[in-house]
Amino acid sequence: MANGNAHAHTHDDGHHDLESLRLMGFWIFLITDCILFGTLFATYIVLHGNTAGGPTPAELFKMPGVIAETFILLTSSFTSGLALLSMNQGNRRGLIGWLAVTILLGASFITLEVTEFIDMVHEGATIGTSAFLSGFFTLVGTHGLHVSLGLVWMTALIIQLARHGITPVTRRKANVIGLYWHFLDVVWIFVFTIVYLMGVM
Amino acid sequence: MLDRIKEFASTFFVTGDPLIYGADVAIVMTIIAVVSVLTYFKRWKWLWSEWITTVDHKRIGIMYVIASLLMLFRGGVDALLMRTQLAMPNNDFLTPEHYNAIFTTHGVIMILFMAMPLMFGLFNLVVPLQIGARDVAFPFLNSLSFWLFFWGAMLFNMSFVIGGSPDAGWLSYPPLSGKAFSPGVGQDFYIWGIQISGIGSLMTGINFVVTILKMRAPGMKLMKMPMFTWSVLSSSLTILLAFPILTVTLALLFIDRYFGAHFFTLDGGGNPMMYINLIWMWGHPEVYIVVLPAFGIFSEVVATFSRKKLFGYKSMVFALMSIAVFSFTTWAHHFFTMGSGADVNAFFAVTTMIIAIPTGVKVFNWLFTMYRGRITFPTPMLWTMGFIPCFVVGGMTGVLLSVAPADFQFHNSYFLIAHFHQVLIGGVAFGYFAGLYYWWPKVFGFKLHEKIGKWAFWFWNIGFYVCFMPQYALGLMGMTRRVSTYGWDTGWWELNLVSTVGGFLMGIGFLFQVWQILHSIKFMERDTTGDPWGGRTLEWSIPSPAPHYNFATLPVVTGKDPWWEEKLRRERGEAPAPKPPLEPIHMPKNSGIPFIMSFCWFLAGFGLVFNWLWIAIPGFVGVAACMLAHSFNYNTDYYIPVDEIERTEAAARRAV
Repeated sequence: MANGNAHAHTHDDGHHDLESLRLMGFWIFLITDCILFGTLFATYIVLHGNTAGGPTPAELFKMPGVIAETFILLTSSFTSGLALLSMNQGNRRGLIGWLAVTILLGASFITLEVTEFIDMVHEGATIGTSAFLSGFFTLVGTHGLHVSLGLVWMTALIIQLARHGITPVTRRKANVIGLYWHFLDVVWIFVFTIVYLMGVM
Repeated sequence: MLDRIKEFASTFFVTGDPLIYGADVAIVMTIIAVVSVLTYFKRWKWLWSEWITTVDHKRIGIMYVIASLLMLFRGGVDALLMRTQLAMPNNDFLTPEHYNAIFTTHGVIMILFMAMPLMFGLFNLVVPLQIGARDVAFPFLNSLSFWLFFWGAMLFNMSFVIGGSPDAGWLSYPPLSGKAFSPGVGQDFYIWGIQISGIGSLMTGINFVVTILKMRAPGMKLMKMPMFTWSVLSSSLTILLAFPILTVTLALLFIDRYFGAHFFTLDGGGNPMMYINLIWMWGHPEVYIVVLPAFGIFSEVVATFSRKKLFGYKSMVFALMSIAVFSFTTWAHHFFTMGSGADVNAFFAVTTMIIAIPTGVKVFNWLFTMYRGRITFPTPMLWTMGFIPCFVVGGMTGVLLSVAPADFQFHNSYFLIAHFHQVLIGGVAFGYFAGLYYWWPKVFGFKLHEKIGKWAFWFWNIGFYVCFMPQYALGLMGMTRRVSTYGWDTGWWELNLVSTVGGFLMGIGFLFQVWQILHSIKFMERDTTGDPWGGRTLEWSIPSPAPHYNFATLPVVTGKDPWWEEKLRRERGEAPAPKPPLEPIHMPKNSGIPFIMSFCWFLAGFGLVFNWLWIAIPGFVGVAACMLAHSFNYNTDYYIPVDEIERTEAAARRAV
């Protein structure tokens, strides 16, 4: 063992290192979130036939609304990508603007989903009706909860961007939220396919 | 009004058992004592600014160790209560209901609130020093992990004086743990206590994976990492993949109980067996999560006290990583009797046998490391020596259990109890004790008293065999687990009595350890070398206790045993490499947010346990507010100036 300063940290370097650590930490968090959703999907797949005399997926799902949700969320993923492109060009106003559009689209998605849930409950399809509906509300609801948290988080980021501008810290935060948002989009594609499309097939 | 308060109190507090009243008195006295001592010595500010808000991995590690030893005490008292009840046939020392509660809390506390935090304590105390880092990757998150564990453990532990303990077994299988059969609050304490601390465990897993992958000293390639660090990496990766399953499983159980859903119920299309599959998909990896770091500790201890480099480094790494992978393929061997069919059982029987192979490789590696070494037997090495035969026997009986047809005989008998205590005490507890004794001088700057430690070791080791060997026989004689009493006609009395004696011998061993720690704090000499054992890895190259920033200049690593090699170079008279000039060190600032946020989680959990939304909702709001407060805080770090480093280093060198 010898001592050396091969890895010496100048002030800027220290920050740069820290932000790359945090980005990697977030990637690993996404792996754990993947497993979380994987477990919920497995539960749903095991239980989806157990309707216990209650409504079946085909009777319950109204596809036009779901397809609208899907396109809105996919578009929001695209706009969050545009936000990061603006950031990479150093365009703070573009970044904030596209994030705001993403929030708007995300909020519409959540509104549609909540309306869908309320309609189902009014039709008497609640979380306690059958194992299928327990699995459905929990899986889709967990995704919705993730999206809602993302909305709060994005709003907080916009305020920070307005205050501090594009710095290594806010840049990392924007990258992280971009990852998160795309991840939720991918999860939704699985929800759409496995829950809805295969449900009405 | 008075009557209503009385009525509320009689359901809110657990009443009617003299043992509980005794515990109530003890808890109140302890709280009064702690508060008065802190107030009398004016230590509140010190407690807050030096400990509660700290983000220093060394201090967080110490807090983990203290908390886990307290939990070891409680889990141990539970164990001795059970052994007292079983010492005689037809004993009525504990009622069956009370017995159910005690075996449940014993299991949960020992695994989740004793073994896990002691393991995280050792991660924190050792890993950054071993890889030449100044802290973990995410110090704030590290503090948050600790406080989530702490408040989760508090929530779980308060159930035995408030509301009532969970009593559906340590893994709480439904339908018994569902609302229909466990209507009380105990099960909700179980869910939220474990859920809150489990989030902390998951974050610790993320933290150490990033720390180990990204923060090693220059030159320390993956295949030059110390074996303990490798074991922490394998354990942390397993945490990442296993703990989300636990989070989901407990959440689903809660949704069943709280919202009347039908995941695991008998009606409405629910499937209780799915819970058992899910919980063991976490639960089986979990036992490897706790034992892998113990393997790492033994590897360090054996090499140090044999004065030889570890035998079979590569095969050791391969064994650790393959255990981490295979741990995910064996879960169904916990319920061969469930009726999955011969094919499924055969698959899981074979995978279970396969996992014994890498474990066997490790045992041979430790033996060959000792072969022709200059072996000495201080306490860390003693625990290692106690471990090897114990774990080998425990592993063998595990292979017996893995034979699916035979398991129909052993299943849920005392044979199983003896098996898993043998691997968990003989493997995990002995391992962590070895690690605690080994790294104690690095953490506190003095060794633990050797002679008292040897008494503790022999009481533990002999007590262990006296306690658990009879249980193998009892299991084969037909005694099933979780029976609260038995009759004279069973013929189980003598062996049970012997087993109880063994349990108390281990209890005496624990008292010796407490005495050893108190005695050593008062009387042991300071270690001024920083390297009292003749260590091999980087942590021994710096003063004990390590300065706040660990390494004044980052070491450059060239081999697997960097400090040992450096010492050899110095013996040969080679001049040490010139030290580079000091530079300001970038450090994270302390923060009170982790403590407050975890306390809010505690409130939220407590509110949901009693279905008091007026507590739960403010709790969740508090959690969200803390997250936002942290996100908006850009003033999170500072630099230690060069002259302060010089002063600290000079003071440390004066000690040498």
